Formats: sequence, structure tokens, C-alpha cells
Amino acid sequence: MKKIAVASGKGGTGKSTVSLLFALILSEDYRVKLIDCDVEEPNCHLFLEGPVKKQEPVKIFSPGFDLNKCTRCKKCEEVCEFNALVVTEKKILHFPELCHNCKGCLIVCPVGAVSDSYRVSGIVYDKSIDKKLSLRYAEQNIGEAKASPLIEAIKKDIQKDVQIVIYDSPPGAGCSMVETVNNADYVILIAEPTPFGLSDLKVTVEVLKKINVRTGLVINSSQKDNSILTDYASNIGLDILLNIPYSKEFAREYSRGIIVPDIFPGLKESVKELIKRL
Amino acid sequence: MKEVLVISGKGGTGKTSITAALAVLQKRIAVADCDVDAPDLHILLKPRRKSEEEFIGMKEAFIDHSKCTNCGICYEVCEFDAISKDIKKIPFRCEGCGVCSWNCPAGAIKMKDTVTAKTYIADINNGIMVHADLYPGAEHSGKLASRVKEILRQKAQAENFNKKLIDGPPGIGCPVISSLSGVGLAVIITEPTVSGIHDMERILKLCRHFNVEPEVVINKFDLNKEKSSEIERYLDKEGYSLIEKIPFSRKFVDALKKCKTIVEFEPEGILTQKIKNINSKIWSKNE
Ligand code: SF4
Ligand code: SF4
Ligand code: SF4
Ligand code: SF4
Repeated sequence: MKKIAVASGKGGTGKSTVSLLFALILSEDYRVKLIDCDVEEPNCHLFLEGPVKKQEPVKIFSPGFDLNKCTRCKKCEEVCEFNALVVTEKKILHFPELCHNCKGCLIVCPVGAVSDSYRVSGIVYDKSIDKKLSLRYAEQNIGEAKASPLIEAIKKDIQKDVQIVIYDSPPGAGCSMVETVNNADYVILIAEPTPFGLSDLKVTVEVLKKINVRTGLVINSSQKDNSILTDYASNIGLDILLNIPYSKEFAREYSRGIIVPDIFPGLKESVKELIKRL
Repeated sequence: MKEVLVISGKGGTGKTSITAALAVLQKRIAVADCDVDAPDLHILLKPRRKSEEEFIGMKEAFIDHSKCTNCGICYEVCEFDAISKDIKKIPFRCEGCGVCSWNCPAGAIKMKDTVTAKTYIADINNGIMVHADLYPGAEHSGKLASRVKEILRQKAQAENFNKKLIDGPPGIGCPVISSLSGVGLAVIITEPTVSGIHDMERILKLCRHFNVEPEVVINKFDLNKEKSSEIERYLDKEGYSLIEKIPFSRKFVDALKKCKTIVEFEPEGILTQKIKNINSKIWSKNE
């Protein structure tokens, strides 16, 4: 099983587009699972029709309190690094938007007044697109601050017969991106040849250096002159894997929710060739 | 004092290009870049740094191996798999919850403050800008976005700025929630694509959830006129207002390549006209 993550520092550079293109093209020859790790704003499912096969809530720890057992010793309040608990004479206040679900309160309570309760942070969906392509995505509940529990859940339990897994990473170079590329065999970075594109690419490359994973660059909306990106890439020894030109025709189809790989001449062949190298 | 936040849900809708152009149109303005995971506003506004400050974003566990007895308790209690079985810290995973330290029988784990970013106060041609550099892979960008906004508010107060403009982060998670709190108006930049609409609906709900009244700009509206009308119908039905529709144009990218805002690049152009319309609407409504 090859696991490939598609990432970019900046949003809207075509990360989902490239993930979808790769998934569609590669599923002609391999069994592919596309995992949309952008759980805050999942999009891949809007482009791929198919029945939802499975639907599962993701539960995260959220403490419950038995006020009859509680002695108001305040140990839970003390251990909580995130000020998510306040113990008063009358009751215990828990602020879910501050809670990091670390279970510190549960572990520390000397009288067992904290219970291992949970709340649902989002739903994971499994959608089968065709015989060789399936999609998994999740929707984070509105107002829920942390994406990482959902990202962790969405990457679990991949069917054994899947040959290529594609992770579509959330935008940015922060915690969600790191969680996504964690355990990937290869990271494909997407950037556009503009000053914004370069600046965000640099940030992402810095992060990936620390994780120590193989990376390459796909230039999206590529132009005659991509030197703003190619100069940087050759300086740091970053492989350029592919150039995808801007196409208004593709953008129009995309806006309607349709991905057409054939609009780009030769793209199919290049992607199939590329995957053998990665 | 007025505070306007520009967000988009989906990335790449033109949020930063539009924010920068709105900033340039002001006589005097205090600007902040709360898109701390991928800050780009500085490329167009070219801030000149005046002062910087280290930002302590979190605590982190440090294991003193000379005291450690390898009992394995920390490995057991860590909910975030940040300590390996052979009692080594795994990079990027520690959330700083302190549960390992609390439970270590040998007192071998200390929690230490960790600098996760630098914040800057800088001059721009027509005012000030607050921005930040998050250290690679650091967590808690929500807290940093809050801090950037806090510095903006203090500076704006001290130096009598009556307009504040914030470039917000993408998504609907922690940094966005932090950026939303207490702003007067959220301007949402969307585009007429299935993904643009989907993300816009989610961010509109988030705004209402946090009691901020949002208004919408459709960028590249003529890329798909049907989808644009779909957006308009949706906004109408749900009672949100549409401020402006901007036509699709490669000029934004051409301007960006010269590191200029569209207002500077093409002062008489149609895009500039549209930005001026947005400008007059958002500040008049947000008294
Ligand atoms: S789980 Fe952790 S963060 Fe949440 S209330 Fe308990 S101690 Fe605090
Ligand atoms: S630690 Fe347990 S007993 Fe003490 S205040 Fe918290 S819930 Fe009550
Ligand atoms: S709990 Fe303390 S003593 Fe035990 S393995 Fe961890 S660091 Fe070492
Ligand atoms: S502080 Fe919390 S997250 Fe960090 S290593 Fe200790 S238990 Fe794990």
C-alpha cells in the first residue's frame, strides 16, 4: 500500500483538484482510496458521486461529573492545563471549547467522580465511487475547535486490498497538516507560481523537513515562466514532479462539480508514469 | 471604532488580495494578518517591522532521563501518543496537557514554556500592521490569532485608529473561531463553485453561532453564473446580505506578480471600482 499525501501551505492552490485528478487517473489501474483530511471544509465528496456505504460518529472524551461523589478537592481543576474546569461549591463548570480531551481530570480524581463520557466531534463517511475508487471524508461539527481527533479517525482502518491511498491535506502548515502527512510515504506539494505561492511553499517545506518525509512539487496554474518556484526548488533540491497549466475550461467544469482529467493533454500518462517513481 | 474581518472558509477565493486592496484604500488603518498558518498579507502591504515579541504558545513536556526509572506510566497516560514506548518524546505531538508530568512517580518530567511564534508590529504606508511568524509545525494557531488581534486592538486604541481590518484564516476551526470573537462585521469572500458554496454555507453558520453578522462578496462570479445565482438565492432565503460581485480576471494574479494590490496596479479598472464599492459599504454599515 502506497500512501501519498497532497499538501500546500495556502488554500485554493488546487490541492483537492490534484488529489481528485490523481484518484481518478490512478483508479483506472489500481484500487485507490481518497481520504479527504480537510475535515473543516471537506470538498472532494462534492465532485464524486456514489452511495454512502458507512457513516460513523467520531467520539472524543468529554468529562462527566458525579456531584454526589465529588468532594470538591479541586484536583481536576489544578491538573487542567487549559483552564477548562472550574470547581465551585454548587457545581463543576466544564468549558468544552477550551478542553483538549487529555483525560487529566479523569486520571487524577481520587474518588472516581469523573466519568469517561464523550461527545461527538464529527461524522466520518465512506462513499464508494466505482469498483476501484472509494472516498472517505468527514464533517467536523460546527463550533468544534480541534480537527486532529477527526483526522486521526479518518485515517484508520483502511481496507487491506487498497493499493494507493491519497490523503488530501487541509490548508496551512499547522497541526492539521502535520497530522495528515504523518505516516505518509510521500508528500506532493502544490503551489502556484506567484509570490503568495512561494511564501506558503517555503513555510510548508520547513515543517516537512522536521518530519523527514520524501517530498516533490507540482506546479499548478503553471505559466511560461515559473522561475519564481523553479529557482527556489532547485536551490533546495526539491523535485518538480509535474506542471499543470491553467485552463479556464477546467475551471468552468470544476465550478459545476466536475473534474475532467482529459482537458489536460498528456496528464494521464504523466501521472501514471509518476506514480511508479514515487 | 470599527473592526472588519475578512474570511472565506475555502482557501484561494481571493481573500488576501481583496483585504490588501481594501487596506490600501484607507487614509489611515490598523491591519492584522490572523491567517497565521499561511500569512501572505505582508507580501502586498510590505510592512516595515518596528518591534517584535516572542509568543509563548504552549507548554511542552521535557523528560529528565537521569531521573526516569522507565516505569512507562507517562506512555500509558498520554492521550496524544506523544511519548513512545521506550520513553522518548515524539516531535510535534505534545499538547502540553501536563498529565505525564503530574503522574510521573519519579518527578522526571517538567513542563516548560515553549516559544511557538514571533509577533510583529510594523508600519505600512497608511498605518500599522500586526502580523506573526508561527514556528514550523507549531500548534495552537488559534491562540496566536487571538494574540495578534489583541495586539492590534491595543495598538489601535493607543494610536487612535478608528478602522481595523483583519485578514482571517481559512477553515472553520480554532483560528477562525478566535478571529471571529468580538468583531463588528465578517466579510465572506466566496466563489461560484460547488466547493465555494459548500464552504460558504458552513462559515455563515459559524458566524451566526458566534453572533457575528456576516456579509458576502462573490469573487469570479461570471466563472459560473448559474452557481452565482444559486448563491444569491441562498443568501436571500437565509437573510444574509450580498455586498458585491467581482468578475473573473487574471489581473489579480498579474498584480500579485508585481507584488501590488489591484488598486495600485489598475487604479481606474473595473476591479478597483468593485473594491471601492465594497469599501464604502463595509465601513458605513459597521458603525
Ligand atoms: S480532559 Fe483535560 S482539558 Fe479537558 S477538562 Fe479534563 S483536564 Fe481539562
Ligand atoms: S478531582 Fe474529583 S473529587 Fe476533586 S473536585 Fe474534581 S471531580 Fe471533585
Ligand atoms: S513516568 Fe516518569 S519515571 Fe515513568 S517512564 Fe515516564 S518519565 Fe520515566
Ligand atoms: S504533556 Fe500531555 S501531551 Fe505532552 S507528553 Fe505529557 S501527557 Fe503527552
